[in-house]
Amino acid sequence: MKHKTLFWFFLPTGLAMLIFIAAPIVSVVMQSVFLPHEAVFVEVENCGPFGCKTETTIDQEATALLKKEAPLGRFAGLEVYFDRGHLAVSEVAEAWRTSDGLGEFFGELRDLPFYRAMAFTLTYTFVCTPLLIILGFAIAVAVNSLHRHLKGLVIFFSLLPMIVTPLVGSLILFWMIDSRGILGNFISYLANDPDLSLKASTPLVWISLIVYGIWSSAPFAFVVFYAGLQTVPQDTLESAQIDGATRWQQIRFVVIPYIMPLVTFVALIQLMDNFRVLEPIIGFNAEAHATSLSWIVLNDLGGETRQLGAAATTSVLTLLGVAILLSPVLVRTWRDFRGRT
Amino acid sequence: MAAASQRKPATLQFFLSAFVVLWLIAAAFPFIWTLWGSFKVELDFFSISDWTNAITGERTQTTHGSPFTDAGYYGAWIQEEFWRNVLNTTLVCIFVVATSLTIGTLGGYALSRSGYKYVFWLLIIALIFRAMPPITLVSGYLPVFFDWNVWGFLPTAIIVLVAINQPFTLWMLHSFFEGIPKELDESAKVDGCTQFQAFRQVIIPVMWPGVVTTGLFSFLLAYNDFAVTSMVLAEQNRTMVPAIAAFLGTTYTEGNVMFAVAAVVSATAPLFILVMFFQRQIVSGLTAGAVKG
Repeated sequence: MKHKTLFWFFLPTGLAMLIFIAAPIVSVVMQSVFLPHEAVFVEVENCGPFGCKTETTIDQEATALLKKEAPLGRFAGLEVYFDRGHLAVSEVAEAWRTSDGLGEFFGELRDLPFYRAMAFTLTYTFVCTPLLIILGFAIAVAVNSLHRHLKGLVIFFSLLPMIVTPLVGSLILFWMIDSRGILGNFISYLANDPDLSLKASTPLVWISLIVYGIWSSAPFAFVVFYAGLQTVPQDTLESAQIDGATRWQQIRFVVIPYIMPLVTFVALIQLMDNFRVLEPIIGFNAEAHATSLSWIVLNDLGGETRQLGAAATTSVLTLLGVAILLSPVLVRTWRDFRGRT
Repeated sequence: MAAASQRKPATLQFFLSAFVVLWLIAAAFPFIWTLWGSFKVELDFFSISDWTNAITGERTQTTHGSPFTDAGYYGAWIQEEFWRNVLNTTLVCIFVVATSLTIGTLGGYALSRSGYKYVFWLLIIALIFRAMPPITLVSGYLPVFFDWNVWGFLPTAIIVLVAINQPFTLWMLHSFFEGIPKELDESAKVDGCTQFQAFRQVIIPVMWPGVVTTGLFSFLLAYNDFAVTSMVLAEQNRTMVPAIAAFLGTTYTEGNVMFAVAAVVSATAPLFILVMFFQRQIVSGLTAGAVKG
């Protein structure tokens, strides 16, 4: 195919991605280093066309002029990044100086919104991902041993938690673990504590969010591993058996090494997807106990006061996190590509 | 693993089956429970006194004279006008799937038919774009959408969702078209077709399995999206998912939780049917990416 033909075929999709993915990323970075024009308001007061008066008005002309001179707004550099709502550099330094011991230091960090969100996002990402891989693998091995007529049925029901809208899925679980719901009732019966509420304590909220995360993503791992199990070479398994390998040893030394690339694939995809956790926090009504980076962005964008600058800054920080998680994928894809050509 | 030498001892088979049953309960029971409970009153579904009320519907019996009631559905669909949101979701899904498949097919086909080096980089860029959380992009859109007065309308959300869909669509269709032998359209070109004619006459008739699979995932993305639709759509144009989120704010205070339960069940039903009919395509789509890497 000629370059020109390729260009015309690729144009619509390329344009869509350029305008609605690449450009917004640039826009987000710009918004995060420029403060909006409300700042002009203060400057107008100072230069004082109404100097002696105490009333505060906006000088429309000066505002328009400033807007024309600097259409992006006031350049703030990394100011927003370092403020209390984001990296909170001075607060962290203060906490580091005053607190005795790491425990107290981390305790003070937890009061800062960005670090609070970071703590949950990272915990969620790095607890959910390994657990859902283990669960998915266990289900795949168990389903593989079933009679083939049953397999289709099991796969059908297994797909549901993953396919269902995340907000809907989290609401369904949330209503069940409500202290008046069936699971909540059951748990407080087990704990022998009629007043136990999963919604009231931070660790319990975190655990229920993580359980949701595993529940909703394990099917993906299961389906991928199940497909992988179908391709495990039977003769290798048989020779391992002839050599006297037990069932567990067959899994450990034949099956797991064989599907290891799939494990890496699932892990990388899930790390990226779990890092953007948002819907369960809203479904579980959990923002008092757990917030994530995506939630902060959503919260800044929504509501009456759309704090676009603050949201943009958190977005950039989130993108940096995604970039770090993505780099192994890119390295791997690059290596595959080099290997193929 | 069906070979006779692989036959498992009875206890092991029992444990494996028990494990599958446990997982099935974990996967399916919440849906069945919520479906059943959506036909009850709130005091039964969230029962303080006795959890079996949610099964027998004792309070529902005293309130409505029958153990089942459609009060939740009536409240959600008619009173809160959830049907509007359903209509919006339908529109959004149809247009997102149609548009993203049209432009994605062209792009994916072109990429699969050219061996240039930059094709690899285009795919890598698409992969990076796929990893961007949609909510971070939304904060890039909003100021522009406000300036241009396009915020809040369905077409805006549709275009945004199409674009966010593209990286994934491109990857899936690219790897699918790689599986269609190049000789097919090469020979058509030898016979005098242009590239586009070759695509239309030769490739389009054989591409439907891959397109259906990709379309399913486009549909799911549009249907399940929360970040974009909740931020970009105005209140009267909301689709189902942001509408459910908005229900939460009002219903907890007004005591209309059952409206939200009914809405949630209504939003799950289409997905249920989708999985029932397209299970094979969904599974193959999920694994295609894994096998290709």
